[in-house]
Amino acid sequence: MSLASDTAPLVEIDNLTIRFTGERTVHAVNGVSLALPKGQVLGLLGESGSGKSVTLRALMRLLPKKRTQISGTVRVAGQDVLALDDDALSAFRGRTVSMIFQEPALALDPVYTIGDQITESVVRHEGASHATGRARALEMLELVRIPSAKRRLDAYPHEMSGGMRQRAMIALALACRPQVLLADEPTTALDATVQIQILLLLRELQREMGMSVIFVTHDIGVAIEICDKVAVMYAGQIVETGSLRDIVRDARHPYPRGLLASTVHGAKRGQRLETIPGTPPSLSEAPSACSFAPRCTFARQVCRERLPPAVELSPGRVVRCVLAQETVPVT
Amino acid sequence: MLEPIEDLGGAAQPLLEVKGLVKHFPVGGGLFAKTKVVQAVDDVSFTVAKGETVGIVGESGCGKSTTARLLMQLMPRNEGEIIFDGQLVGESMSLRDLRRAMQMVFQDSYASLNPRLTIEESIAFGPKVHGMADGAARTLARDLLTKVGLKPETFANRYPHEVSGGQRQRVNIARALALNPRLVILDEAVSALDKSVEAQVLNLLVDLKREFGLTYLFISHDLNVVRYISDRVLVMYLGQVVELGPVDEVWDGPAHPYTQALLAAMPASDPDQRTEVPPITGDPPNPIDPPSGCRFHTRCGFCEDVCISTVPRLSMVADGAHQAACHMVIPGSGHTRAPAASEAAA
Repeated sequence: MSLASDTAPLVEIDNLTIRFTGERTVHAVNGVSLALPKGQVLGLLGESGSGKSVTLRALMRLLPKKRTQISGTVRVAGQDVLALDDDALSAFRGRTVSMIFQEPALALDPVYTIGDQITESVVRHEGASHATGRARALEMLELVRIPSAKRRLDAYPHEMSGGMRQRAMIALALACRPQVLLADEPTTALDATVQIQILLLLRELQREMGMSVIFVTHDIGVAIEICDKVAVMYAGQIVETGSLRDIVRDARHPYPRGLLASTVHGAKRGQRLETIPGTPPSLSEAPSACSFAPRCTFARQVCRERLPPAVELSPGRVVRCVLAQETVPVT
Repeated sequence: MLEPIEDLGGAAQPLLEVKGLVKHFPVGGGLFAKTKVVQAVDDVSFTVAKGETVGIVGESGCGKSTTARLLMQLMPRNEGEIIFDGQLVGESMSLRDLRRAMQMVFQDSYASLNPRLTIEESIAFGPKVHGMADGAARTLARDLLTKVGLKPETFANRYPHEVSGGQRQRVNIARALALNPRLVILDEAVSALDKSVEAQVLNLLVDLKREFGLTYLFISHDLNVVRYISDRVLVMYLGQVVELGPVDEVWDGPAHPYTQALLAAMPASDPDQRTEVPPITGDPPNPIDPPSGCRFHTRCGFCEDVCISTVPRLSMVADGAHQAACHMVIPGSGHTRAPAASEAAA
């Protein structure tokens, strides 16, 4: 492998714009760009409707074709994802990129056993024999620490508890050793004591297998447990990107700052919580100014007139806000 | 506004007393299959003082929402007594009076509103049932909208699907307050909201409590939110209360191993203090066939013979306010970590 391909990002999204058409138009993603090197965990942090899940689905081309307009480029492991034909897409899914979801009960097929589903995936994607597939299925169930894995191969999804099903889904997603794992709120529906087990398992598997992970979450605590880098999304745009520590300790954009300040954690009883006033905008029109300006206490005239600049504070640290511009010396 | 409900028992009388509440759901069972029983709530007792906020925490299936529904009489209970301000519900207090005095806000803000009524009509509905004239009820609805931070001229004539989740939850709160109740049960009322909106609604709840002299029963799986809003807290596991006490005492010195695990399972808030080892492994067991003795013994690191054979009773931890149902705090229980029986007598 040449040095250049070693340092090139494994996932590269450039100016991704996604619009859903139909009865009404929704501008779900508006010019998202990000890059993820090999072996890193990127958190996409945002509230409902911020475009984080839609961005993730675009990476695997899971959006409904008829109602979706996509522009921009998405490159994963050197492949132009948006240009893949059906055969190439089928080969790409599972082997290069794989995904885990919030609801394993919906993501797994209820009429096949866990073992059959993993075996089929290995046979289809790797052209392996049934026996090899079955052996891999057992190996995977052991890897995700499902107790009595051999017996569980023949279990149907409804026979397992929520935490076990989530482990089984992770086993299925990782069966073909993908380079990139996409995780869409995989711990949100789980109980607290189970959530932390799954987070630690994912962290360990990521390290062992050297995967890149994009982890979508609305929960800053979950992001802290698992991410190396964080991109904060608001109204279909990334408003700030940086290392986990940068974002948690020194967020610059008023939205993540407000979000971190409004956390209940550590707040004293009787003391008022800091809040971000108002509600997120409807996405019926493409943004022509800063989407956060109507809720921002620092907003100025210019914020309501044009799109804010993407200010690069340091390599990999980008803030989409006019305020950040003033803190950077012009060179 | 409807007339305030008269205080009968005085300040020392708890607003709500729950004694030995039991709810078992039969499941399965067909022509040949044996009917099984989910022990959703099993011998739950607690009190809520006037003006207090009591939190209930626990994981799914622990019985916290079933408890709320039993209190509101949304389903019949198998056993137990509910006493509201000294009045035994079902005897000296009618269901109609109870439902005026006790109101509930649910997690799903959309499912709990009638989609064919405007917001104003929804809020005015309850007071009209209780005899208020239409005009007065509508005026009240508009006043309450203002109180919960929604402009009546913008929102009164909208339908539930025309407002956001956070705004809808404000409407549900206004509707609960329309009957001028004394106790409001908030069942995961902020759980479905985005974080920035959650903080707004929590502030609103604190303000309204003061303004209307309310008492809250606050049910949530979010430990941070419960600590922020509650005075006292109940921790539930598989249908039973395992620990209760003032929220700071319980959070700073959890006595039950389950409470300890629950608190330790909270994601870190500092990137340099990530969780390294999961506090407990496995999932909560199925409430259809709960473990014998202490229901937590299958996941507990301190399990001994007594835990498998004997059900632990709620016992004092330090002083009278903090209690836990664990053999390790029961003097002379037979657990090697339990205090000696003589210490209790001293």
